Amino acid sequence: MSTSSKRPRTLVAVGATLALALSGCGARAGDEAVAGGTSAAPSCVDTSGASVKLGFLNSLTGGMAISEKTVSNVLHMAADEINAGGGILGKKIEYVQEDGATDWPTFAEKTEKLLTQDCVAAIFGGWTSSSRKAVKPVVEKNNGLFFYPVQYEGLESSPNIYYTGATTNQQIIPAMDYLASQGVKKLFLAGSDYVFPRTANAIIKLYAAELGIEIVGEEYVPLDKDDWTSQVAKIVAAKPDFVFNTINGSSNVGFVKAYYDAGLKAETTPIISVSIAEEEAPAMGHEVTGQYASWNYFQSLKTDTNPKFIESWKAYPNSSGVTSDPMEAAYISLYLYKALVEAAGSFDVDAVNAAAKAKPITFDAPEGTVTLDGENHHISKPGHIGKINSSNQFDIVWSSDKFIEPDPYLEGYDWFPADIRKQLTDAAG
Amino acid sequence: MDALIAPLLNGSAQGALLLLAALGLSLTFGQMGVINMAHGEFLMLGAFAAYLVQQVVTATDLSIPVALPVAFVVAGLFGLLLEITVIQWMYRRPLDTLLVTVGVSLVLQQAALQIFPSQGVPVEKPGWLDGQLTVLGYGWPLRQLFTILLATVCVAALSAWLRYTSFGRRIRATVHNRDLAETSGISTRTVDRLTFFTGSGLAGVAGVAASLIGGTNSQMGAQYIIPAFLVVAAGGIGQLKGTIIAAWAVGVALSFFAYWTTGSLAQVLAFILVIVFLQLRPQGLFTVRTRSLA
Repeated sequence: MSTSSKRPRTLVAVGATLALALSGCGARAGDEAVAGGTSAAPSCVDTSGASVKLGFLNSLTGGMAISEKTVSNVLHMAADEINAGGGILGKKIEYVQEDGATDWPTFAEKTEKLLTQDCVAAIFGGWTSSSRKAVKPVVEKNNGLFFYPVQYEGLESSPNIYYTGATTNQQIIPAMDYLASQGVKKLFLAGSDYVFPRTANAIIKLYAAELGIEIVGEEYVPLDKDDWTSQVAKIVAAKPDFVFNTINGSSNVGFVKAYYDAGLKAETTPIISVSIAEEEAPAMGHEVTGQYASWNYFQSLKTDTNPKFIESWKAYPNSSGVTSDPMEAAYISLYLYKALVEAAGSFDVDAVNAAAKAKPITFDAPEGTVTLDGENHHISKPGHIGKINSSNQFDIVWSSDKFIEPDPYLEGYDWFPADIRKQLTDAAG
Repeated sequence: MDALIAPLLNGSAQGALLLLAALGLSLTFGQMGVINMAHGEFLMLGAFAAYLVQQVVTATDLSIPVALPVAFVVAGLFGLLLEITVIQWMYRRPLDTLLVTVGVSLVLQQAALQIFPSQGVPVEKPGWLDGQLTVLGYGWPLRQLFTILLATVCVAALSAWLRYTSFGRRIRATVHNRDLAETSGISTRTVDRLTFFTGSGLAGVAGVAASLIGGTNSQMGAQYIIPAFLVVAAGGIGQLKGTIIAAWAVGVALSFFAYWTTGSLAQVLAFILVIVFLQLRPQGLFTVRTRSLA
């Protein structure tokens, strides 16, 4: 009887162990990363000189670098613009760029470092909700300030965080209003499997019941998987009028391709997305043309301030050449901070928070004049629905009749019951 | 009927892509004992090669057929470079190759992020892959049929090469007993290099197939490496037929689980199945019969 060699056996064991170990090391969404140190030290921020230090915290390496690199670049552009205009309270911005490396504990550690060693007056950045939730306990403990620029699932507010992206009532709800106005009766939900799509879909289902829209299916695929073939087969069978897409990242490319391959067309079964913007569309090829997205800003938006923003960005080194909603929200965040500090007359966190409450702080953003809500730290935004054209820009097909006030806990919507609000808030941690 | 046909066909296509990604690994890992964690990035190189070919050959009907050999050569050459500069110093030290190639994979990912648009690039599907084939009432996307055909051609070419050419015999001799092969006058160095070139090149071909299914960006390789390793391990080291059966089984299992449950749960269930199988049969489906005492 022949024997199998030892070497291959060992290799199998090594290979399998390795596979297990690595698959366990992916993104641990919802991890509460708590950085070291126990007591809040008094702030070491020094603004007595000619400059003020600010921290930029974006993933420049790892999976999320795909999206966050652009946010980092646009923050640099905004800082350069503000410096050229004389700085904040006459002080030049001196920024410290840190890499969050797509790793949520790293976000917590770098926040701690920026606050206690670099002594920055405020931090700007983050993209995923997991990164924001890693930063939150650290800025709260050290009484720092964090400006978060991406649309998210809401149900959160913190005295130490300002949110310049949309909350659900500024992106998800306008999208549902649009669908209702189009006479949609059957809706299919497709999302990546993490906190934003799960929470968004919980809200969508409640509002759909209110609007008389039937949910004919709900599918999730892990964030790092591109193959949507099996799920798209279910969409074909369910025959919805519209698909609500809360997929994030490169998985969207796989979804759109599988959709097109299965013979589903934008003309007959359109998709409405909340994370495909001008930056993402070019990577999807012609398959995405004709599909819809709900945002608060589009490059094609006609406002007084937008042309200058687009021009500055196109001329900026390392520019991707197109502007998008998360970029614009990041751009707003630095200017909003400037406005807050100037209203407070100080860089002190408590003074800044007091100024936010004292009177409405506004900024003439590329999306229009946004107003900060001093209580929940979110900003008012217009809702727009765009349709992707063949040059990967959006033709705006619907807009909210006025700017939508932020309502992160959806307290103004009586179809959103208090017990579900509590349950979702607790689940989101 | 539809409830069985759709997941079966989709799963077969998923398995074919998995097989394409695992085929090169079954050569480099199975035949040479090198744990190449940068294999996923060679796949990425193939996808980017397809994109670059499309910039030159603008007729999409032609560009993908042209891209396949180009991707094979590009990824193969990168593999050769890796073998000459790094791997050749590490034979018989599988853990060291693992660590070094994880580093190489990170370097390649970051390089791709710096060179190409960070959101990735579009690879356009040829027009002749538009449309569906109706199989018992299910509209099966032609692109999936293409993936299966491509995998079949690659497997046939590889096994013919291993079985009928003198080079293939030398590879098999080296796998069975390296020392004896050397004593018989086989240059195991040359065998190693060509094997590594071919294994990496096959990753490039898999990259072209992957670029038609998902995104072409710096992160794309990462999602294939773990399933590909599991497939090779489950199939049995150094056994092409084991890899083929394992890839197909995992693909179909993934698809049926996804059909019955959700996409996320399917990933968990399918890989639990593989792990349980490896617990029961650590040597995989098939084993190499050898008289080696090593």
